[in-house]
Amino acid sequence: MSDSAAWSPSPRELERRLLRRRLRLRSTLIAATALVVVFVGLALLIVTSPGWDRVREAFFNGFHAKASLPDIARAFWLNVKMFMIAEPLILVLALALAIARSARSPWLLPLRVAAVAYTDVIRGIPTILLILLLGFGMPGLRLQGVPNSPFFWATTALVISYSAYVAEVFRSGIESIHPSQLASAEALGLGRGQTMRFVVVPQAVRRVVPPLLNDFVSLQKDTALASTLGVFEAVFVARDYTNYNFNYTPYVVVALFFVALTIPLARFTDWLGRRYAERERAGAR
Amino acid sequence: MSLRGSVVTLPLLLPVLVGAAACAPSDESPTASDSSTGAASCAKADLPLLKSGTLTIGTDSPAYDPWFSNNDPTNGKGYESAVAYAVADQLGFSRDEVTWVKVPFNSSYKPGPKDFDFDINQISITPARAQVVDFSDGYYAASQAVIALKGTAGAEATSIDDLKGLRLGAQTGTTSLTAIRDVIQPDQDPAVFEDTNAAKQALQNDQVDAILADLPTAFYISAVEIPDSTIVGQFQPETGQQEEFGMLFEKGSGLVPCVDDALATLRSDGTLDDLEKKWLSDVVDVPTLQ
Repeated sequence: MSDSAAWSPSPRELERRLLRRRLRLRSTLIAATALVVVFVGLALLIVTSPGWDRVREAFFNGFHAKASLPDIARAFWLNVKMFMIAEPLILVLALALAIARSARSPWLLPLRVAAVAYTDVIRGIPTILLILLLGFGMPGLRLQGVPNSPFFWATTALVISYSAYVAEVFRSGIESIHPSQLASAEALGLGRGQTMRFVVVPQAVRRVVPPLLNDFVSLQKDTALASTLGVFEAVFVARDYTNYNFNYTPYVVVALFFVALTIPLARFTDWLGRRYAERERAGAR
Repeated sequence: MSLRGSVVTLPLLLPVLVGAAACAPSDESPTASDSSTGAASCAKADLPLLKSGTLTIGTDSPAYDPWFSNNDPTNGKGYESAVAYAVADQLGFSRDEVTWVKVPFNSSYKPGPKDFDFDINQISITPARAQVVDFSDGYYAASQAVIALKGTAGAEATSIDDLKGLRLGAQTGTTSLTAIRDVIQPDQDPAVFEDTNAAKQALQNDQVDAILADLPTAFYISAVEIPDSTIVGQFQPETGQQEEFGMLFEKGSGLVPCVDDALATLRSDGTLDDLEKKWLSDVVDVPTLQ
């Protein structure tokens, strides 16, 4: 074999590689140690605390977890129904509010004022109060043809409350569209309405998907507030069980239900964001 | 090299954390440690109290009539307030040595030290609950009563069977709710409410046909709070033995035997009966549902 063909690294290069390998190994070791030390330390901190036995008995009791699970699962369906009904209504109402707020025609001033007043007032009222006011107040009026089920009024209150928040999200999306887009639309001969419909809103909505999903997650959890009206949803079922058996384990169970719902949604948001980004770049890297 | 520094500090972290655990507040609850030796004497000075010289009593807020009066447990009016002061008197506490604290029902059984010596809040004694907390002997035996608006379907019921087809409701964590689930077993799941006020509102809003509560509460609701309501009837939940209200203590509290002694005295000298007549009377003519 000829010594010109077979290239072999110089001793210096070998030394470099060895050093790099050693450094890599060391940083892996450090990372692993740090991970173990911190989490084992935290676990020890909790487990060795004086009240741990009591807390484990009260919050992580296998028997009570199993006993409360079927009822919680059944009631959780009520939470799911509530936010599945509420979310589309919220999106529609909020977008309408946001568009109303960005209307510039002098004729539409009353609409703008109404939209501003709505978001200001509703966002100022704690959601739980809105639920109590609607849930106990509206059926009290005994209006003909208006349902008086607590589920209906809790869902309505959530729609009203959240549409005010989500309207602001949409508005920030609408206002984030660069003026050059509006100028381009005008140059193409689009009217204000058309510009909104074809240029501004589609881009704005894509841009605010992550905060929208954020509000959606928040909504899922706020369905628990319906319990104040006696809607027997998952958190209330857990509390009811807790009140009878003096054990808090069902709270942990119901928390796991909500987490199990939120994590896939977070991954879905990431995926959606990526897809929009790819589409906007139109294949460019 | 800065890396080396961080390698050295890492193992140091573990003892620090464990040290923090060691420094965490330990159990200093006097009641827990005294429970073995306690109960030897019920003299005022020997009682295992939260704050020595003071009897700290908990109850929920709002404190409902007729168990309390005007949402003020300190006035000695209402059955539970009166019983609490009578027990305090037996233990040797004057009225101004009694302090009341607000204890929401669902925090009364949280693990760890309590912020009261005992809690008096219409809490029914059940075996499941007695595993977590200690109860005094019962100071009142409650029967369940059904309340409905006059002239509605609920008011027509004359038997427990008549109730089956109705929309019923009660407060969470109460034996009233258990009575609906176990005794009446209605066709439709009962409505559950966070407190009695929500149940009353739902009744007036026609969201339920009837609500259940213990008899004295029911009487107060129908007589004072919702004048156009009526007590349809009362019944004893037949599951298990008689339901009784007891005072709630931290598990292992040395105070329990002393309070039990005090209650026994109050029962034998007729004080409990007198207080019951005074605050929970007028409920004799309620029909019994079969």
